[in-house]
Amino acid sequence: MATSATDAFVAFDRVQKSYDGETLVVKDLNLFIDKGEFLTMLGPSGSGKTTCLMMLAGFETATHGDILLDGRPINNIPPHKRGIGMVFQNYALFPHMTVAENLAFPLEVRGMGKADREAKVNRALDMVQMGEFGSRRPAQLSGGQQQRVALARALVFEPELVLMDEPLGALDKQLREHMQYEIKHIHERLGVTVVYVTHDQSEALTMSDRIAVFEDGRIQQLAPPADLYERPDNAFVAQFIGENNKLTGTVEAIDGSTVSVGFADGESCKALSVNNGPVGGPTLLSIRPERVQIGAEEGPNTVEAQVLELIYLGDHIRCRMRVHGNDDFIVKVPNSAGHEHLRVGETTRVAWKIEDCRALDAA
Amino acid sequence: MADMTALDSGVMMAADGTPLKKKLKQALFLSRVRAFALVAPLLLFILASFIVPIVMLLWQGVHNDTYTKNMPLSAKALYEWDGQSDPTESMAEALVADLVVARDNKTIGRVATRVNREYSGTRSLFTKSARSAAKMEAPFLEALIDKDKDWADIEVWKAMKIASKSYTPAFYAAAVDMTYNADGSFERVEEQGRIYVKLFLRTFMVSLVVTLACFVLGFPVAYLLSTLPMRTSNLLMILVLLPFWTSLLVRTTAWIAMLQSQGILNNIFVAVGITSDDARFSLIYNMTGTLIAMTHILLPFMILPLYSVMRGISPSYVRAAKSLGATNWTAFWRVYFPATIPGIGAGALLVFILSIGYYITPALVGGQNGTLISNFIADHMQKTLNWSLAAALGGLLLASVLILYWIYDKVVGIDNMKLG
Ligand SMILES: Nc1ncnc2c1ncn2[C@@H]1O[C@H](COP(=O)(O)OP(=O)(O)OP(=O)(O)O)[C@@H](O)[C@H]1O
Ligand SMILES: [Mg+2]
Repeated sequence: MATSATDAFVAFDRVQKSYDGETLVVKDLNLFIDKGEFLTMLGPSGSGKTTCLMMLAGFETATHGDILLDGRPINNIPPHKRGIGMVFQNYALFPHMTVAENLAFPLEVRGMGKADREAKVNRALDMVQMGEFGSRRPAQLSGGQQQRVALARALVFEPELVLMDEPLGALDKQLREHMQYEIKHIHERLGVTVVYVTHDQSEALTMSDRIAVFEDGRIQQLAPPADLYERPDNAFVAQFIGENNKLTGTVEAIDGSTVSVGFADGESCKALSVNNGPVGGPTLLSIRPERVQIGAEEGPNTVEAQVLELIYLGDHIRCRMRVHGNDDFIVKVPNSAGHEHLRVGETTRVAWKIEDCRALDAA
Repeated sequence: MADMTALDSGVMMAADGTPLKKKLKQALFLSRVRAFALVAPLLLFILASFIVPIVMLLWQGVHNDTYTKNMPLSAKALYEWDGQSDPTESMAEALVADLVVARDNKTIGRVATRVNREYSGTRSLFTKSARSAAKMEAPFLEALIDKDKDWADIEVWKAMKIASKSYTPAFYAAAVDMTYNADGSFERVEEQGRIYVKLFLRTFMVSLVVTLACFVLGFPVAYLLSTLPMRTSNLLMILVLLPFWTSLLVRTTAWIAMLQSQGILNNIFVAVGITSDDARFSLIYNMTGTLIAMTHILLPFMILPLYSVMRGISPSYVRAAKSLGATNWTAFWRVYFPATIPGIGAGALLVFILSIGYYITPALVGGQNGTLISNFIADHMQKTLNWSLAAALGGLLLASVLILYWIYDKVVGIDNMKLG
């Protein structure tokens, strides 16, 4: 994995961006992307994802810092010379050209001959299973079909880097999931480097090699999907990715990688030290709902819990409980045969492992 | 199926047993009546003040019954005459009888004018003969020729035969520099009399040049406005619209002050040495003046639709083109420009149609060779009072606009047009 600006395929080196000269939309961005990698920028609306992509594509200039492509700074290279394929959120298919003409456009401006052009266009259309639609206008296609064409157009001139800005945002759930796999497969087959922007976390988790979680112009964590879910670095990432129970407490003692955390109700528990402050400072414990055991024996992290609400969801039951004075503690109970059934109002005991309970910053 | 039942015939029935279709019609009827009532006042107004006068005026282009109405007896006699043989005694008798009546009714002037249009120089012949018609006795033909030997000229009688036709293509023929003969044939008027075809061509030419000039000047402005932030572009848009808020007359006379030979522009030219004091440019009271002033006045009609179309073009199209490898120029020409065509079409059509019928500005700044067809139409309406010819000229103008519109629809498609 690339660790410096020069051996990465794409590198953001201390990049800052401001539109108005007053606020920084991107604050000190350092990001190194390897060749052939599928990197997703994930983050809430307004966190600066599109801005980063636009700087990479050349439509915005970085206020400070360097962006390097294959080791060369590209700050002064105009967009059309960067050779970066791009899929826009609204597809941006040229409405006055047919599908085939849209695909031929990048080849035409590169001066490719007609016969070569046609062969490549047909191959690209076949790749996205749109071979029969070459003579249609974009307006005569469904959203998913337009999406495929946009994808084919961004790939037809064989760029080494493809940027996609929420390309599936306008599709319905089922089609979106289908297209996620297709894009993933095309990526695997062609080996192109993809920088993908989304604010849908499940999309990011399904497709990416690595995910950069953005918040307020900063990368909060850059990690493979499993790491991001299992081992969030901070409270924002823990909150943003997947479902999460949070318990606020005070650090009472630190013993190697384990911390003791005291709660307002006087009880305490042990957690994995990740990002907590010093002894006496506040911390936020993060526990995934599916990592909590119900009806456990007495142990280090066992606590009384009162059942407040039960929601039947078929494969599992969502159980909202009061734990350490927190009324929003969610536990997912698998709907397996023989499992004892809980009743609202009942008090039981819940437990979790020390390594499943991460002590993070109390932001 | 409690409320609705399908009978064997397949007709759906509402709950009370009436067919569903009928029920629906009843329900919609009230809302239709209300919708009509809402537009009725405007509809009536437009009908009374716009459609009806236009139709009536156009009607005059092919229908003129001045002669038939006031000279019924001779009209009938002229109708039976073949237009080639010598005038007969019975035609003369009918004419004299008509002249007596027309003089009494004081309509002889109108009749004389009508015939004069077909054969100039005959006006006094009619008024003079009418004065003594009451005293004339048979044989009337000789009596007429006695009074004035012009009555022996067969051309006079031919002119009367043409004038006596109520429905006549004569005015439309005149509007394209042709004469309509008594025998029903058409003939081009001689060289120095041909003015209207030239005028039509000039009007089209001026409209075309003005449209082109508006496009060339307006396109960059609209582009700039559409790329600026909303606040700034709204401010600048006020400058574009400013001309709309001053009267047309003020604007046109302002151009006179600017362009005349002792005007501001020429003074500047002399001051900076572009021309000498005794060779000032003549920028006004000619074609140049018409073109400059009309371009200025019609410019907003080009900018507005262009601006509204350009505002709607997502910047991602041009970005997509560039990311695909297109240079700035290629991205503009291949992707941006085609997207502006609906605006160009709307603007060009608007400017062209407005300038084809433009009147005040050419009248004020056009001088001799900068006047357009509409100025002649106005002339015929107000000075020569030849409404029929005015109607024919107007009719041709209207037809050419409609043809243009039709061509536009065929080439660009009218539903592609975006007016704002
Ligand atoms: N052209 C611009 N001019 C000024 N400010 C801008 C411009 N584009 C974006 N911004 C601001 O920059 C910030 C980041 O915007 P950006 O479009 O990068 O967000 P994003 O992460 O892509 O959000 P989303 O998920 O909603 O697309 C936002 O606060 C936005 O208001
Ligand atoms: Mg965005």
